Amino acid sequence: MIELETKGTLTVNEPVISIDNLTVEYVSPRGVIKAVRGVSLKVYRGETLFIVGESGSGKSTLGLAMLNIVPRPGRIAGGSITYHIDGRNVNILDLPLEDQRAFRWKNVAMVFQSALNSLNPVLRIWDQMYDTIESHDKHISREEVYEKVRRLLYLVRLDPDRVLKAYPHQLSGGMRQRVMIALALLLDPKVLILDEPTTALDLLTQKSIMEVLKNIKKELGLTMIFITHDLSLAAELADRVAVMYAGKLVELGDVYDIFYRPRHPYTFALMKTVPKLTSIDEELYPIPGSPPDMANLPPGCKFHPRCPYATRACSDVEPSEEWLTPSHLVACHRHRDLSLRVEAR
Amino acid sequence: MTGLLELMDVSVAYQVGRGILSTKKVVKAVDRVNLELGEAQTLALVGESGCGKTTTGKAAAGLIKPTEGSVLFRGRDVWKLDRSEFREFRRSVQIIHQDPFASLNSMLTIYKTLSAPLFQYKIVSSKNEAVEHISKLLETVGLVPPEEFIFKYPHQLSGGQRQRVVVARAISINPKVIVADEPVSMIDVSLRLQVLRLMKDLQHKMGISYLFITHDLATGRYFASDGYTAVMYLGSIVEYGPTNSVILDPQHPYTKVLLSAIPEPDPERTRKKKVMQLRSLDVPSLLNIPPGCKFHPRCPFFIEGKCDKQPPPRYYLDDHRWVACYLYEGVG
Repeated sequence: MIELETKGTLTVNEPVISIDNLTVEYVSPRGVIKAVRGVSLKVYRGETLFIVGESGSGKSTLGLAMLNIVPRPGRIAGGSITYHIDGRNVNILDLPLEDQRAFRWKNVAMVFQSALNSLNPVLRIWDQMYDTIESHDKHISREEVYEKVRRLLYLVRLDPDRVLKAYPHQLSGGMRQRVMIALALLLDPKVLILDEPTTALDLLTQKSIMEVLKNIKKELGLTMIFITHDLSLAAELADRVAVMYAGKLVELGDVYDIFYRPRHPYTFALMKTVPKLTSIDEELYPIPGSPPDMANLPPGCKFHPRCPYATRACSDVEPSEEWLTPSHLVACHRHRDLSLRVEAR
Repeated sequence: MTGLLELMDVSVAYQVGRGILSTKKVVKAVDRVNLELGEAQTLALVGESGCGKTTTGKAAAGLIKPTEGSVLFRGRDVWKLDRSEFREFRRSVQIIHQDPFASLNSMLTIYKTLSAPLFQYKIVSSKNEAVEHISKLLETVGLVPPEEFIFKYPHQLSGGQRQRVVVARAISINPKVIVADEPVSMIDVSLRLQVLRLMKDLQHKMGISYLFITHDLATGRYFASDGYTAVMYLGSIVEYGPTNSVILDPQHPYTKVLLSAIPEPDPERTRKKKVMQLRSLDVPSLLNIPPGCKFHPRCPFFIEGKCDKQPPPRYYLDDHRWVACYLYEGVG
């Protein structure tokens, strides 16, 4: 297949990760649950990609799978995750286990939602930072580490003199999250994956973390993958947005296409169900029904029981993904018949 | 208008301090809060986490006794009521908590959960009556057909369905007021509007008043669009008024900063927003609340020698709209 994807804000179309037909399963007492069902997705160098979805959509599992760290009883049941780094193509699933850890730290880092639990409570921030670098690079000097750590802390807008001596509990939630981001950047990863990085934080703190992330993107040209349920965050930061529902990619496109010209009824429904802060006289529409039971998925399109446009075909056959334009993908039988519009305000 | 439920100069202080050697400190989670909720009215209480909004809600529902000030229900101080009157007040003011999983007992079926208050308040006297009554309740909250839900356990329901059960329990004993503390923040985006609409419908049908507590200003605005909004910061209400006026035309510097910082689900709009810069990003600790206006160390409009001395009084812009900020001294 020839790749001809163009993306509004980016000029280079060089993939850094290619996910191909990825399937992730969990074994539960109720049977095998397919959390990710055949997802294919390319992540481009320097872009900010958002993977959005509700609980159970498979977005977090997809994020963990990208690092091959899906916890038991989950397992990657099929597909590949290929990193295109330094002119090499490496399928992380093929790497020997002992090489995976080093590969991850060097190339891709992850920031989780609960920053408090991710830092070692009995180590000062400086020691956590030093240990991290030292365990990966025995030859680096203390001075070099110190310089690097200071630079990164400034980048995330923390005062090194105050933070380095502190223990995690002496820092606020927002400061800890910024420490986590600096820690993730320590080994110069090419890709940063952030799972709900602002969810547990205050509104004003969220905003400052978002500014920090924008800054990092500008300064380091990093590839960033955000995993979130928060559409506002995507509207603020994303270049592209991937929408997941019941373990599948249902739509993928430029952030403006996804928000203003969605082509999947689920994406459209999401846009029309979220209250806006300042718009006037806007009609909101509830989405009927409930998210699917992942252990007992409906046949056909997984959204059809909640979709106002569903026809017979939708309940019989699961739609395949289709490129509408070189940059806009949708999986819906009816996308040609529907004209879904969201007004920009 | 006399309020149905009124908070008059309500303060709630907690004592903190561990062990016998550490000095005990007092944390004022709620500091002289005045609020009024009328019949079938909605009041949104918005603020960031830790600002005291949940404590205020608990005080309003009679779950916490204020350390100072009073809570009035139909004009009477609820902490001076006799036993049976207090019981009646507690029946009239119900609370819905944030987490629909934690607030339902996972060992009990929906029937067990919903029948307990019905028997307790002698609304029903037999199992048959209870099943009939609960079936009607489930229909009211949109869990249809009821026989499919009534003997299920919470884990067999989705987040939205569980929150509907919580709403059913709250309305089962005909309350006048529901204190809804972040009722939709733990449930999926696609289910939130259903639950909010249901609560609104019940307001129209049963004349329920809501104290709607949230950190999500967009949701607060949607739910209280025909009501009032109070903005809380570090235990105090800083601004109050009709919801659309407060959200679309904020007056207090804190409200302005907050609204300027909130991302919106609209790329063009949210990327054009100009964030007001604070003088300090650090939220002061409740153990060490700044003197004067609590926002002064962060406020971009700080007036030295004024804002850091006395807490600002309420300045009324009109009968239903006030701001606690010295910038409005002499206005209105």
